[in-house]
Amino acid sequence: MTENNSWPLFEVFVRSSRGLSHVHAGSLHAPDAEMAVRNARDLYTRRNEGVSLWVVKSADIITSDPDSKDQFFESPKGKDYRHATYYTKSEGVKHL
Amino acid sequence: MAEHHTKQAAAPAEGKGAHLSAVPSDAERAGQAHFDEIIAKDSRIEPRDWMPEGYRKTLTRQISQHAHSEIIGMQPEANWITRAPSLKRKAILMAKVQDEAGHGLYLYSAAETLGTPRDELNDQLLSGRAKYSSIFNYPARTWADMGAIGWLVDGAAIANQVPLCRASYGPYGRAMVRVCKEESFHQRQGFEILLELANGSDQQKQMAQDAVDRFYEPSLMMFGPPDGDSPNSQQSMAWNIKRFTNDDLRQRFVGMIVEQVKVLGLTLPDPELRFDEESGQWIHKELNWDEFKAVISGNGPCNVQRLARRREAHENGAWVREAAAAYAAQQAEKVA
Repeated sequence: MTENNSWPLFEVFVRSSRGLSHVHAGSLHAPDAEMAVRNARDLYTRRNEGVSLWVVKSADIITSDPDSKDQFFESPKGKDYRHATYYTKSEGVKHL
Repeated sequence: MAEHHTKQAAAPAEGKGAHLSAVPSDAERAGQAHFDEIIAKDSRIEPRDWMPEGYRKTLTRQISQHAHSEIIGMQPEANWITRAPSLKRKAILMAKVQDEAGHGLYLYSAAETLGTPRDELNDQLLSGRAKYSSIFNYPARTWADMGAIGWLVDGAAIANQVPLCRASYGPYGRAMVRVCKEESFHQRQGFEILLELANGSDQQKQMAQDAVDRFYEPSLMMFGPPDGDSPNSQQSMAWNIKRFTNDDLRQRFVGMIVEQVKVLGLTLPDPELRFDEESGQWIHKELNWDEFKAVISGNGPCNVQRLARRREAHENGAWVREAAAAYAAQQAEKVA
């Protein structure tokens, strides 16, 4: 029962229809990328959920550090002026 | 889930193993505070957040038991695929059993994000150390059982699972959303089987009634022991894993099926069943909790058979896994 140990984990991304982005659907184990795509089709698109699939080895994904998320995402905070809603004086002016 | 086994950009793996020391470290205190804040806000915990060991353990146990139940749950129905009464019913049943395999896999993936590898989870099932839902240790004797399982067993599962879509652990909630979307077909197809039998010959109607009689009580027991006898419930609710108590969910389910059974033209095998206006509770017959305990701890009618079949399937699949791995290794070598 150890043979599965060598099967890497893949993350699966599904494009639900043309014009939309691929969205993370879940993960699965497979011996290689080709089998991962086939298994992903059986596992994540049994009801026409997708028109395209991406798989990527989980180990190849680089993530931000969860422990430092406050500092890492700090810079946009307090910069309300990046949002249209910050500018209230033009309220009532049409097409703006 | 993109959360497990991933690399972190320029981040020291802090705090690993820190929980082994008796005195909580600063990192742990900060982690606990952050965890408590997220739970208090009813937000979601994600795999790489700090979480209490008890939370991790509880979820690993619950999610993997849930996954095991889906995998073992394939058996009573797979048993009827070759004997389904029509090609349509056969195709439907195959789709349902395939869904259950899928649900098991979604859930194993979610469980793995908590740090226990798939092989270990699988081994816990095969070695008989892990529990799974007691309901799957009852035999599926007739075709009508496919109806009763869909209507009552999947119905109870849905009542249990819908609130789990809001479980505080992100990957579990997301897996449950997917599972719940697919389960509703399961319940409806079961109901339809019973409805057709109930409107068939006297013999068919009797077969449907007999299936409902046998699955009524075990399906009510799927919600787990009464609240007074379910010591882990409080903690699970405090952690926003569970949203309702076992008895609450059971009450809700009884309320639903008591109406649905009228449409079927069948009866529930419970002469004591009534709604008590004063307490707002459904009073159902005393459930046989001794039987529940016996079945869940390995002494139900089919426990031995279910596990033996699961082991056999795993062993018979070994050559497929070996061949796939060998092919992958060969291809990798060619590229290199």
